[in-house]
Amino acid sequence: MTARTLYEKLWASHLVREEADGTALLYIDRHLVNEVTSAQAFEGLRIGGRKPWRIDTVLATADHNVPTTAARASGIDDPISRLQVDTLDANCRELGIRQYGMLDPLQGIVHVIGPELGATLPGMTVVCGDSHTTTHGAFAALAFGIGTSEVEHVLASQCLLTRKLKSMRINVTGRLPTGITAKDIVLAVIGRIGTAGGTGYAIEFAGPAIRALSMEGRMTVCNMAIEAGARCGLVAVDDTTIRYLEGRPSAPTGDAWAQAAAFWRTLASDADARFDREVTLDAGEIEPQVTWGTSPEMVTRIGGRVPDPSREADPVRREGMRRALSYMGLAADTPIAEIRIDKVFIGSCTNARIEDLRAAAEVARGRQVADTVRQALVVPGSGAVKRQAEAEGLDRIFVAAGFEWREPGCSMCLGMNDDRLAAGERCASTSNRNFEGRQGAGGRTHLVSPAMAAAAAIAGHFVDVRHF
Amino acid sequence: MRAFTTIDGLVAPMDRANVDTDAIIPKQFLKSIKKSGFGPNLFDEWRYLDIGEPGQDCSTRPENPDFVLNQPRYRGAEILLARENFGCGSSREHAPWALDDFGIRVIIAPSFAEIFHGNCFKNGLLPIVLAPATVSRMFRETEDIEGYRLRVDLATETITTPLGDRIPFTVDPFRKDCLLRGLDDIGLTLRHEADIRDYERRRRAVEPWLFG
Ligand code: SF4
Repeated sequence: MTARTLYEKLWASHLVREEADGTALLYIDRHLVNEVTSAQAFEGLRIGGRKPWRIDTVLATADHNVPTTAARASGIDDPISRLQVDTLDANCRELGIRQYGMLDPLQGIVHVIGPELGATLPGMTVVCGDSHTTTHGAFAALAFGIGTSEVEHVLASQCLLTRKLKSMRINVTGRLPTGITAKDIVLAVIGRIGTAGGTGYAIEFAGPAIRALSMEGRMTVCNMAIEAGARCGLVAVDDTTIRYLEGRPSAPTGDAWAQAAAFWRTLASDADARFDREVTLDAGEIEPQVTWGTSPEMVTRIGGRVPDPSREADPVRREGMRRALSYMGLAADTPIAEIRIDKVFIGSCTNARIEDLRAAAEVARGRQVADTVRQALVVPGSGAVKRQAEAEGLDRIFVAAGFEWREPGCSMCLGMNDDRLAAGERCASTSNRNFEGRQGAGGRTHLVSPAMAAAAAIAGHFVDVRHF
Repeated sequence: MRAFTTIDGLVAPMDRANVDTDAIIPKQFLKSIKKSGFGPNLFDEWRYLDIGEPGQDCSTRPENPDFVLNQPRYRGAEILLARENFGCGSSREHAPWALDDFGIRVIIAPSFAEIFHGNCFKNGLLPIVLAPATVSRMFRETEDIEGYRLRVDLATETITTPLGDRIPFTVDPFRKDCLLRGLDDIGLTLRHEADIRDYERRRRAVEPWLFG
């Protein structure tokens, strides 16, 4: 048999049928549902008089709109947010969908709780009405974001209409230096290939530096595959994957576990598989990354400077850079380390897992958030992460340093709840998008790793965490 | 779904790359549980001078006169001319819903973000990919010629410009057929119910732990 990539294996094992023109019906094993992109799909199902195909594949949680303060116990104030969360509750109750509601101890960001519960397994197709579904690719699952019409389509038929992607392998060679994290790898990748560099591709992240990452780190990398334009990110199964999954509540047990684990070990690209594109990056050369603009590709290293648009030859790019600098309130050639910040956000499906909080707490331990920083939030990705962090005493480190310790949710990643930037406020954020207005209208976002965000909180400006 | 055949529409030029879905419809409007009514908040942060909140009456809000869709010559545009990677960012289908509700039927760009591109077809919007040079020429012509309109014919996959140029484009044949006939994907898929059941039987034999 010819050598196949991991993507090709996953594609082939989920193909229900394929038309001559390449349109394929792909079977979906896991459907994650949130409150923002599902109401219209459930309504469509009802209007069409259709029943869900396999309700046992659906897992729902409310993450975007939920308050992250202790006040959540008394419900959501904003009536529109409340209606959206209540609508999800009602739909789940009506159809018998497994749901982790706002007050459930296991509630959290859907991309954090899926893996944590063992609801994301290797060899699955995983979809969610949310573009960061790419996260689950860390488990060698074919995972991608879909729109609301597709949410309805999957509910009704357990399938999606789609087409095969091209394949790209990103080899991260060498060893990651101390102080450099998965976030820095993926920002460096996006800086290299651009926000549209992965369009039309499934990206497999490979190489020794990826193998050396924990599952948390791999999830961070795959999470941002979408920011490189890729429909999905993938990492092959290895011991790290299997070890992470063993004993998770929804993972198989007993004989089924042994059978599954043996099958999962086949989920890697064959040695001589061919990719449509290959990119190689040396981990040893990656430095802490900081974005300076309004697209994740507008990124540089901590020792760098804000670029000068007048040195950009391409007119569309030049104009984009000018607009970004004006929005960000930055002058060309400003050293990144001189940019002062107003707020810090440590959280989101990119960087709110236990390892991220440990890295940030390590930096914050025994130090104080700078007086000039108005707010520094730490928002765990899930109830389980929160309890784990509290058991390790991380919450006390953060609070002693002047950070706020919150309840799990998306929070200031996109500010659909009350956690937002005010116009003009500048934030060091561990999230994934620095688009205009993403964290609040007029807010200015700089994407960094958790350790870099914590260091910026202490210093009041960006600083190289390696010399901190 | 509404069928799409031919549009003869006014063109508005949105001259920036990487227009993301947060710009197309900011997050505060995603709280709605309906599919309609997003048009007044399309490009909200660029279009108005104040900060938009859901449920507001937009007709009395101060408009940003510099924003392209507010300029008198582009009012009522049905065709949006855009640059690279239009629609990047989130999977929110509210983006095509907002464009559609506003009255946009066709978007022309050198490239689109994939999820957005797929979402357009599912909502009766036609995203057309043309060569960057062709798009640049259209930008120039739109600026030079007031009232610049394009005739977009999906059946023959051609665009006709006011100067009489005929520009071919291609659309995935399956998507084209669905759009022309206003077909609903779910109905089409469910015709293959037996295939799906068969598939489930085969797969269960290989990966039984996925079928509880
Ligand atoms: S944390 Fe941010 S990116 Fe992740 S699902 Fe929530 S809003 Fe989306």
